[in-house]
Amino acid sequence: MANVSLEKVGKTYDRHQVISDLSITIRDGECFTFLGPSGCGKTVILRLIAGFEHLTAGEIFIGDRLVSSVEKDVHIPPEARKIGVVFQDYAVWPHKTVYENVVYPLQMQKIPAAEAKKRTMAAVEQVNLGSLENRLPFQLSGGQQQRVALARALVSRPEIMLLDEPLSNLDANLREEMRFEITALQKQTGVTILYVTHDQEVALAISDRIAIMDKMGRVRQVGPPDEIYENPADPFVFKFMGISNFIPLDWRDGRLFVGGSDSPLAYPVPADVLDRIRRHELIAGCRPYDIELTHDDSSPTRGTIRRVIYLGSIIDYRVVLGMQEIRVQQDVRDAGQGGIPFRDGDPVGLNFLNLKWFENRGLNEEVES
Amino acid sequence: MIRKLFGNFGIAEILLAVSVLILVIVVAVPILLILWTALFVDGSLNTRDILKVLSQPDTYEALKNSLIIAAGVTFFSTITGVFFAWLVSRTDLPLKETMKVLFLIPFMLPPFIGALAWKMLLSPRAGYINKFLSALFGLDGSLFNIYSLSGIIAVETMYLFPFVFIQVAGALERMDPTLEESARISGAGLLTITRKITIPLMTPSIAAGALLVALYSLAHFGVPAILGTERGIYNIPTKIYEQIYQSGGSFVAIRTGTILSSILLIAAGLILYIQNLVLKAGRFQVIAGKSMRPMLLKLRGLKIPLLLFSILYIFITVILPTATIFLVGSLKTYGISFTLENMSLANLKYILFQWKMTKDAIWNSLYLALGAASVTMIVGTLISYSIVKIKVRGRFILEFLGLLPFSVPGTVIAIGVILMWSGKFGINLYNTAWIIFIAYIARYMAFSLKSNSAALEQVSDSLEEAARACGATHWQSLKDIVIPLIKPGMVAAFFLVFLPALRELTTSILLYGPTTRTIGVAIYALNEDGETVYAATLASVALVIIIIGQLVIKRITRSRIKGI
Amino acid sequence: MSHVKLQDVTKRFGPVVAVNRLSIEIPQGECFSMLGPSGCGKTTTLRMVAGFEDLDEGEISVGGKIFSSSFKNYYLPPEKRDFGMVFQAFAVWPHLNVFNNVAFPLQIRKMPKAEIEERTRRAITYTGLGGSAETYPNELSSGQKQRIALARAIAINPTVMLLDEPLSNLDPKLREEMRFEIKDLQRKFGFTIIYVTHDQAEAMALSDRILVMSEGEVQQIDTPLNIYHKPANKFVFSFIGLSNFLPVEIADSAVYIEGQHDAGPLNVELPPRTQERRLVLATRPFEIDILREGGVRGTVKRVTYLGDVIDYRVMIGNVEVRIQKNRIKEILREGQPCGLKFNRILWYEHQP
Repeated sequence: MANVSLEKVGKTYDRHQVISDLSITIRDGECFTFLGPSGCGKTVILRLIAGFEHLTAGEIFIGDRLVSSVEKDVHIPPEARKIGVVFQDYAVWPHKTVYENVVYPLQMQKIPAAEAKKRTMAAVEQVNLGSLENRLPFQLSGGQQQRVALARALVSRPEIMLLDEPLSNLDANLREEMRFEITALQKQTGVTILYVTHDQEVALAISDRIAIMDKMGRVRQVGPPDEIYENPADPFVFKFMGISNFIPLDWRDGRLFVGGSDSPLAYPVPADVLDRIRRHELIAGCRPYDIELTHDDSSPTRGTIRRVIYLGSIIDYRVVLGMQEIRVQQDVRDAGQGGIPFRDGDPVGLNFLNLKWFENRGLNEEVES
Repeated sequence: MIRKLFGNFGIAEILLAVSVLILVIVVAVPILLILWTALFVDGSLNTRDILKVLSQPDTYEALKNSLIIAAGVTFFSTITGVFFAWLVSRTDLPLKETMKVLFLIPFMLPPFIGALAWKMLLSPRAGYINKFLSALFGLDGSLFNIYSLSGIIAVETMYLFPFVFIQVAGALERMDPTLEESARISGAGLLTITRKITIPLMTPSIAAGALLVALYSLAHFGVPAILGTERGIYNIPTKIYEQIYQSGGSFVAIRTGTILSSILLIAAGLILYIQNLVLKAGRFQVIAGKSMRPMLLKLRGLKIPLLLFSILYIFITVILPTATIFLVGSLKTYGISFTLENMSLANLKYILFQWKMTKDAIWNSLYLALGAASVTMIVGTLISYSIVKIKVRGRFILEFLGLLPFSVPGTVIAIGVILMWSGKFGINLYNTAWIIFIAYIARYMAFSLKSNSAALEQVSDSLEEAARACGATHWQSLKDIVIPLIKPGMVAAFFLVFLPALRELTTSILLYGPTTRTIGVAIYALNEDGETVYAATLASVALVIIIIGQLVIKRITRSRIKGI
Repeated sequence: MSHVKLQDVTKRFGPVVAVNRLSIEIPQGECFSMLGPSGCGKTTTLRMVAGFEDLDEGEISVGGKIFSSSFKNYYLPPEKRDFGMVFQAFAVWPHLNVFNNVAFPLQIRKMPKAEIEERTRRAITYTGLGGSAETYPNELSSGQKQRIALARAIAINPTVMLLDEPLSNLDPKLREEMRFEIKDLQRKFGFTIIYVTHDQAEAMALSDRILVMSEGEVQQIDTPLNIYHKPANKFVFSFIGLSNFLPVEIADSAVYIEGQHDAGPLNVELPPRTQERRLVLATRPFEIDILREGGVRGTVKRVTYLGDVIDYRVMIGNVEVRIQKNRIKEILREGQPCGLKFNRILWYEHQP
């Protein structure tokens, strides 16, 4: 299979620059996801790699081949790029049967009929649609149509597979199923996958590496899922992935306080970080389950429970701390071990278990579209 | 550079140029010529002739009549259309599905054939109904006189109200029922809801239908020609015809025709402008998501009476005239009573197999309609594709040019075509079938564009792109994916042009020559010459062809719903 | 006296029984949710309370006043019921601006102009739309449109608010926000809420009590916590939250995964009062500990990193068990042998 190289890629529509100066390499055989809110340009990147759109700047390589270049005036059309594409609306042709849909790429490659039939049936089996090959799309469910699209994209043994939000129209259970099938298919065939989505759960579940994009089309961080989640590069990434809390800090009278309150913060802060906090350069970020709540006075940091919500396996708290409201989540079993449950209005002590440090700007960036 | 603009394929610019060329020649130039000829004489502004024409009393009278008729027809069609649409969509009227279909039948009847039938029924002295009622009540004179403004308005309303009906019934069915439910839960009763919620939300659809009716009526030739000219009641199209016919096609008359056509154009433009204003003010997205039933008014005691009323309406406006046409068409002589011995199929045989005039007319119409339908289908597909799929700058020009003829009256197109193809640019097609052919293409291209654009828009871009990703070139994806999917749309476009072209009168009446009569012209001529029976016979033949055509369309659209 | 009372309410559509003998009593000020899959009858029930559908049998009364009754052959149309209602697709009138949308129910009731003005402005402010009174709905976002619907519903100060999946058309973060706004409004105004949803997280977060419905039948009516921890039957258990249903056998006074005696016994007590040998053990993915040693032996089949949670699929023989753990605990890898320890379980009958 192949890797994909984007070098200083840019795309402008009518003076509106959607992508600028994007340089990224997707490794051979990896599952790489572009994750970001709608309108961030992730689909545009996919379409540029596929060849449906023309570059306005930069170059794109698939494997060793230059497929798009502004400087060298090269644009290899999609049909010559050896790609497989799965669209958000499946794009399964309604007037062709499942078999006719899946065999089409092989017909385009002028593969002799007997071998085409063999490979088509194998692809159909691979996506668990065996015995349905003579059905028309309108007779199939959403999930089945999506599988047809997958089979069709794989049957020609492409170098890379491009998937544009293929699961968003499926219900939750089916999404999980298909996620796993996509990963399994990738492992079987070793094809390089480029995935585009706004759903972080999917991105975390299937990707080898994720590129987080913001609404301006900039890539904020690239890395494996756990790194993005555990070591976010900036507040945007932190906010985008999962639930986040930001806690401003004050340095007064030689102590660290929660910003805008009299509640001191007891946390082992490294000296250099402390310096920067004193200079008002940093803010603390914390995940909801990295906060412990105590009834007693063991923690100097005090807050008030504003709301307790039972979500079955998790208890979700909204806690007023200083001038803001933060979210704390506890496993029901852990909470049970604490003894008495909290109620709305209760005073509470907070212990922070894992604070992340971020620069104190760009906090108001909108994460949603 | 060009490739970057168009992206998709190399000959996009050729396609665009060809499309623009066709539309310019066929549509834009004739209209411009009209305006030019009307406004300028030998290069200078022609105010003298314009004023002379406009100040003539009969021109003024024709204009006044046009407006009165259009206003009357629009008013009554709106009331009728809204009433029946509401009855069929918002009440528990029994047999609703049947009624929905029945109310669309008046659409299929050419209004001038309807006028013919009503003439037979309600002309003073000779009209069958008048004779019957006079005999019944022992009256001296006759009760109804169809040769009047009110007669014209009544007949046009009968056959034009479906424009409003379709728009409003469709909108009512698609409307989100929770919009009315939330009004209900807020405390409003049915009357208040209808007044404050339903009708305001329906206004765009009502306006769309009403304006279509107004446009059609202003431009209509057939009904005023049959019911009005005898008593000197003219509207603009019939006035134009009279001028040209009387003068034997003199250029002066044609210039008068252009001046009058310009008035029509301005009126049409005004109507479109108003329509745009209304639509812009009120284009609401009221499409329902869940399929929940809307609130229905319980008619209770009124159920059967209203059902009977609706059926009676259909009977009077559709069955009665149609039956009259068929029956009179089989009479040996006009005026005698309808007994079996007075009727025969001889007329039919004569018309179809013996009389050259009618045989020619039938064949002319058939191949003109077939030709126009085929050309508009193919060209329409090409142009639609340019507009919808090739995201090229300047496609708005194409859209505008393509849809322009929708609103240009048939008379105006005829005049424009005369001006353009009577030797001005070296080609003289006057009095040949070709001039009618070109006029048809100009007139009906818009229908094909609309139908094909709608079909193309259903084919989402991703279907083509998927083919490209599978290794298909642009041409292959067109062949394998797009064309099969829009085939039903293309066929629908074909019939959408074939049937109207077959039965039309307004355009060909100004363009026909001794050997190029169409069915419409032939029927009209027979009527003018007093050959009422033969007119009816030919009209029956036309009706049969139309009915067969409609059934074929139904067959095709039904098979389209299944599967593809 | 209960505020809203349904008594043996039944509704049929042809041969299908959409709602079967439903009886509920909702006290004043409660937030009561009806939860179930689509087609279970929850929306039909709400529409009967609202009056858009008439019941076939039973009686519905609010505050002691009868609204629909088959016994007394009585039916009060919706416009006379004085409910506040919010619909899934917002049902905000596009041809009226925000003010006129919200003021509509007050205008219908022919209140004096000054009072209409005051109440409307108040409702607009409370729902966070202050400043948008003159705008038209098509200029606003979905969330704001839903707020218009809320404002319109509270303008008349209703005693009961009916909400039909009001948040399903909004995106996830906004959904969460709006939940709290609705709860806040309830606290401020004190009305009773009847809420229909298919989203169990939403029902759990909002409700004082939940009615779980399936195919027209009541499955359970209880507080969210009880529904989660003490589900009345298998349906409720599987509908709320994630679940595992494991086929087990009892042999030698111990519990084994069916056909997997080699894996070892489960660390659970025998179910009381049963002679059955084969049963179904139900447990939540969060209630299972996954260990390197000890417990019922299995192999990790799949590990999915979901950010705050790790999702494990463990095979015990050919039985798949789903476990979810907070990611701060250590992570096992695919193919690794492991052991499972069950903490909280429920027993259900074996069904072939």
